Amino acid sequence: MITENKNREIHAVSVYVSNKPGALARIAQVFSRRGYNIESLVVSPAFDGNFSRMTISCSGEINGLGQIIKQVDKLVDVIRCVDHTNDNSVVKEMGLIKIEVGSNDRSEALQIVEHYGCKTIDLSDDSMIIQVVGNPEKIDALENMIGKFKIVELVRTGKVVMTRGKQVT
Amino acid sequence: MPINITEGGQALVKCLENEGVEYIFGYSGGAAIPIFDALVTTETNIEFVLVRHEQGAVHMADGYARATGKPAVVLVTSGPGATNTLTGIMTANMDSVPMIVISGQAVSWMLGKDAFQEADIFGITMPVVKHSYLVKETNDIPRITREAFYISTTGRPGPVLIDIPKDVSAGPFTGDLRAEMDLPGYHIQTEIDNDKILEIADVVSRAKKPVILAGHGAMIARADEVLLAFAEKANIPVTSTLLGKGVFPESHRLSLGMLGMHGTAYANKAMCECDVLINVGSRFDDRIIGKAEQFCNNATIVHIDIDASEVGKMIQPQITCISDAKLALDELIKHIPVMENKDWNNHLDHYKSAFPLKFKRQGGLKMQHIIDEFNKQTNGLACVSTDVGQHQMWAAQFYKNESRYDWLSSGGAGTMGFGFPASIGAAFGRPNDIHICFVGDGGFQMTFFELATAAIHKLPVKIVVLNNHYLGMVRQWQELFYDDRKSGVDLEGNPDFVKLAESFGVKGFNLRRPGDVKRIISDVLNYNEGPCLLNCEVEKTDNVYPMVPAGAALEDMLVEAPKEKMTKPVGST
Repeated sequence: MITENKNREIHAVSVYVSNKPGALARIAQVFSRRGYNIESLVVSPAFDGNFSRMTISCSGEINGLGQIIKQVDKLVDVIRCVDHTNDNSVVKEMGLIKIEVGSNDRSEALQIVEHYGCKTIDLSDDSMIIQVVGNPEKIDALENMIGKFKIVELVRTGKVVMTRGKQVT
Repeated sequence: MPINITEGGQALVKCLENEGVEYIFGYSGGAAIPIFDALVTTETNIEFVLVRHEQGAVHMADGYARATGKPAVVLVTSGPGATNTLTGIMTANMDSVPMIVISGQAVSWMLGKDAFQEADIFGITMPVVKHSYLVKETNDIPRITREAFYISTTGRPGPVLIDIPKDVSAGPFTGDLRAEMDLPGYHIQTEIDNDKILEIADVVSRAKKPVILAGHGAMIARADEVLLAFAEKANIPVTSTLLGKGVFPESHRLSLGMLGMHGTAYANKAMCECDVLINVGSRFDDRIIGKAEQFCNNATIVHIDIDASEVGKMIQPQITCISDAKLALDELIKHIPVMENKDWNNHLDHYKSAFPLKFKRQGGLKMQHIIDEFNKQTNGLACVSTDVGQHQMWAAQFYKNESRYDWLSSGGAGTMGFGFPASIGAAFGRPNDIHICFVGDGGFQMTFFELATAAIHKLPVKIVVLNNHYLGMVRQWQELFYDDRKSGVDLEGNPDFVKLAESFGVKGFNLRRPGDVKRIISDVLNYNEGPCLLNCEVEKTDNVYPMVPAGAALEDMLVEAPKEKMTKPVGST
């Protein structure tokens, strides 16, 4: 079960698509034409290299989204398109957070990093980069906690989704 | 492989031939020269029709497809040649018309570098095509052509664009002309869910006030015969959408004519009162449903559509059947009992006599009068095209189509300039039939240059210019909803259409008096020397009724001119 901030209905939609030029643009167009904002988008080659796997997070009203999914599914290049918002799926995301931190505060920062089970992947006299992997809420929470330091920049990959059990996504 | 096929362009022409293409409508240009050259070097039987503007070519292909059920091909060059097809592609896409548009493109290595006459037509057309290709390898041409035709003509048809860089069409071809398709993501519904059919049959057989709504999907599926049998077996009245005109004979006792914004009062009243609505291949367009929340409130709605994404888009049906319209009706008719529906049909007959389509025969010359006379003199058997606006709605009301593929009108897109070239395309496809093209003075001037094409090929097209010197539909809205403030609707400076026609070598007729209607229309219909034009100087400020203001419920239809001032409509145009 994907839980998100209740005020903004955020959906996780997976699309399995032929690896053809223009496929991404066609899919993005279906969302934009209906006024849906794409929050995050992950595209990468599928296990079978002729296909790509996309995970699209978007916010918007559920009835409209059902229509969008049917329209995406109708595209010639799309093999299937599924909304995983209410099914049994694993949702993961990675974030990189660069903070400004000197030797005085470093141990406190590292404590937070350790608590969240993250890693530091770059360390200098006055900065560090934290790598966090988990569900999106975990990254939100870390961002909140580490916000007491000056966040120089933050990069999130966007969600990837996989259904649990033997069923394919 | 035949020895003479050595280049990409030649392979393309051979593939088009294999698909059964008879005509290519188009306009030459630099990036398409290898393809035009191949039309000569392959000694093909495909006839190339040189138009006067690329928009004309697309609408011709569209008209050809609507009138024959077969796809036609458009061939244009890159850049402006390609962008000029955009309106026509959108028109075909909105109305589910099969079409292959082939555009030349700048050479591959110049793509994205602002080469001469380069336009990203693949990107520009993306929202208005069913599918599209940018060909990168010469040897891919056969597979792509085959896929394009398959996609364009199956399921819910639509336009497919093939953009071919000049080096690809001129490049050496060493591939297989019979290459297999590779479409893992494209599936067509070919099987029918029998439980759904039984469910529909059950609902229909218990209905007291059923209505069939026949849309373009029924036409495309060639469901006309089974639709007639089905309606007659169960005595269910049939209304059709604008694009469904002719799929059910409009003179039939069970026909309610067209419904919707300018539909018949009795069709709209039937919608408001029916207890079961069987929608066969209509997408519940906003022109027909009025206010969605109040549409068919008393009815169980059945939606039969080949396109799953149309279900629940506008109206949420109680029963859905994703299927080809003919396939569904072929099954459904087996499970439907013979029904009388006597009270219901009598009730609707009463509406037909109480609220007939009518016009005043006194006073000035009326478009309705002219259209009605053409209908009478051709017994509803001509292939009729229209442009967009008041004349289109009157043609829909007063020309009673008796058979399928005889009504060519831009519905979804409402494209002015469509009617005349569409009629030309239809005449290429069916040279032995009568082709009547009702156009307004506004729309005709958008594509009249195709008079040359009609004249050169001596096509039997009767151009009927219903000339009120106004953009009449907008003027009607301004009169009704904007205190008659006319803005941007006065077509002063219209040419003398008869002289214009004559300058192309096309015979012209003038019609000014109601008393001459019968005689002159007879002259026009008996003219057999190729195309002719009839300029009709009609009343300038007549209005189309019935009318459902945009966004209003069907029951709030105006059967005639309102006595009170109207508020601005809430719906889109």
